[in-house]
Amino acid sequence: MTTITVRSSRRRGREAMRRAVRRNLTAYGFLCGALVCFAFFSWYPMIREFLLSFQKTNFVGPPEWVGLDNFRTVTEDPAFGPAWINTAMFTLLALVAGYAVPFVIALVLNELRHAKAYLRVVVYLPVMLPPAVAVLLFKWFYDPGPGLFNQILDVVHLPTLSWLDSTTTALISLVIVSTWMNLGTGTLIYLAALQSIPGELYEAAELDGAGLLRRVWHVTIPQTRLILLVMLLLQIVATMQVFIEPYLLTGGGPENATVTVAYLMYQYAFSFGNFGGGGALGLMLMIVLMVFSAVYLRVSRDDKN
Amino acid sequence: MSNRTAGASDADVRPDRRAPLGPPTPVRRSGRRRTGRTGERRAARGLVSPHTLTTTRGRIVYWTVLVAVVTAFTAIFVFPLYWMVTSALKSPEEIAQIPPSLFPEKIDFGVYMEAWDQLDLGLFLRNTVVYAVGAWLFTLAFDVSAAYALSKLRPLLGKAVLAMMLSTLMIPPMVILLPAYLTVKELPILGWNLLNTPWAIWLPAAANGFFIFLLKRFFDSIPRELIEAAEMDGASPARILWSIVLPVSRPILGVVSILAVVNVWKDFVWPLLVQPDTDKMPISVGISSLSAQMPQNVLMAALVIASVPAIVVFLFFQRSIMAGLTAGSLKG
Repeated sequence: MTTITVRSSRRRGREAMRRAVRRNLTAYGFLCGALVCFAFFSWYPMIREFLLSFQKTNFVGPPEWVGLDNFRTVTEDPAFGPAWINTAMFTLLALVAGYAVPFVIALVLNELRHAKAYLRVVVYLPVMLPPAVAVLLFKWFYDPGPGLFNQILDVVHLPTLSWLDSTTTALISLVIVSTWMNLGTGTLIYLAALQSIPGELYEAAELDGAGLLRRVWHVTIPQTRLILLVMLLLQIVATMQVFIEPYLLTGGGPENATVTVAYLMYQYAFSFGNFGGGGALGLMLMIVLMVFSAVYLRVSRDDKN
Repeated sequence: MSNRTAGASDADVRPDRRAPLGPPTPVRRSGRRRTGRTGERRAARGLVSPHTLTTTRGRIVYWTVLVAVVTAFTAIFVFPLYWMVTSALKSPEEIAQIPPSLFPEKIDFGVYMEAWDQLDLGLFLRNTVVYAVGAWLFTLAFDVSAAYALSKLRPLLGKAVLAMMLSTLMIPPMVILLPAYLTVKELPILGWNLLNTPWAIWLPAAANGFFIFLLKRFFDSIPRELIEAAEMDGASPARILWSIVLPVSRPILGVVSILAVVNVWKDFVWPLLVQPDTDKMPISVGISSLSAQMPQNVLMAALVIASVPAIVVFLFFQRSIMAGLTAGSLKG
């Protein structure tokens, strides 16, 4: 009696084992495509980024370890300081325009009863354009001669600007394009968040005598606090990687007025052929961005609890 | 992320409306497709009370704001596009004229043909389509099966694999641009050079932690009984994926598909690096690399041609695109 149960349970155990092995094999069979892609194009480059910044890569022999040389090279570059200052300024200006404005737009859109579909589509149209198209289009608008912007300024009798050609307006010009083509994203995300605020809250606030601004401050903002915070962090991380605007519009000029960290990194690698220097810049940028990413993680985890 | 965020797309992408065993249904999540209706119902009470809107003053303010907003939006977001289309129709003399004309003197679509031929836009467009479609297929094949394995087959170390895949979301793409380029230039171990081949775009596109996250979260919400019943009937995992999981996952597959195509379509830096040959470039890289030596009106025509597919796709798939967008805000 007992022997039979033992034997059959052992057989069942072996059977279960075999099934588990087979299930694992199947699972890894399903996973292998993604694993290969991640391994080659995400995980390995992440490690390589660290190695790259401490190496000299010349594509002929094996890379040579050079310690902190790459970091020394890039920090001594006269464009290094401007690149960080411009990146910070760009991020700051892009936040002023691209963070608060979509929220206000979403607030207004949420109150409107007409033309909603039209407005939503229209605000998102520029987001759908390939960024290169939007940037090249604005390059034409910025043309100091027949460009659209100077023509408009002329019509309203304001002094015309030299936009991309002047050190004072070049960076702002980049911010304008970037805001124009990204505004829709924030607006629609905020709009979705606003629609999930229960109307009763506003009603209660109104009964308590809260005016419009107080309702925004005491109901809307607390209710959308989390999404506002998340968007802030995502936007900082996204805008700090700014590349295509300086690449297509100014080439970093005039006088390094629009050179950004990502653009300098690109230049190091593809104009100067110094991948180590580019890697060092990339690593610095990564460390800065990881701080924001860590805060972001923290925020979303806090919210889960 | 949590139910307090704008998870407007969530209900839209969950298969089990009844969900006896699905994840707890957060109250505030409402489907993007339904926000139309629920949104309307809720919007019955926004910041401004409906009562205020019935007063004369309220109505005047409302209509003033509405007209102002519609005008401003049209001027800011539509007018530049109008300017792009009409600039292309102008002759080189007219386009340089000060002050510019609001309407082109004569409508001549010849310049579009010129741009098409001069820039070889047909080739660029074909390249873009090849890259986008391939990336889409690889993304679906690899990420769907990976997410399915992680969600339903739960192999050993599955959690660690998932964590490593999601950790890539924390790495901004720009900072691994150079090492990724070097990898594509000479694949480790294999030593292959993928530059100027579509693989350089297809395979990296499939390494997308966010898609894995979206798909796995969706598959997790498919009731276990459904899978177990099929297992009882002797269906293989591949069969279960094909006949049970995929059919109920259509909404999320739609979102992922559109995001995958749009990502490739909009991407600039990556193809700029990995498709250096002119005849391999996708359209946005191709146009920008040739933009310097082109007359202004031809360039504008090329830009119009490059934006038409994106805009058409957008108008057709608005819903899914916007759903993908709100899903996108829930990263992490």
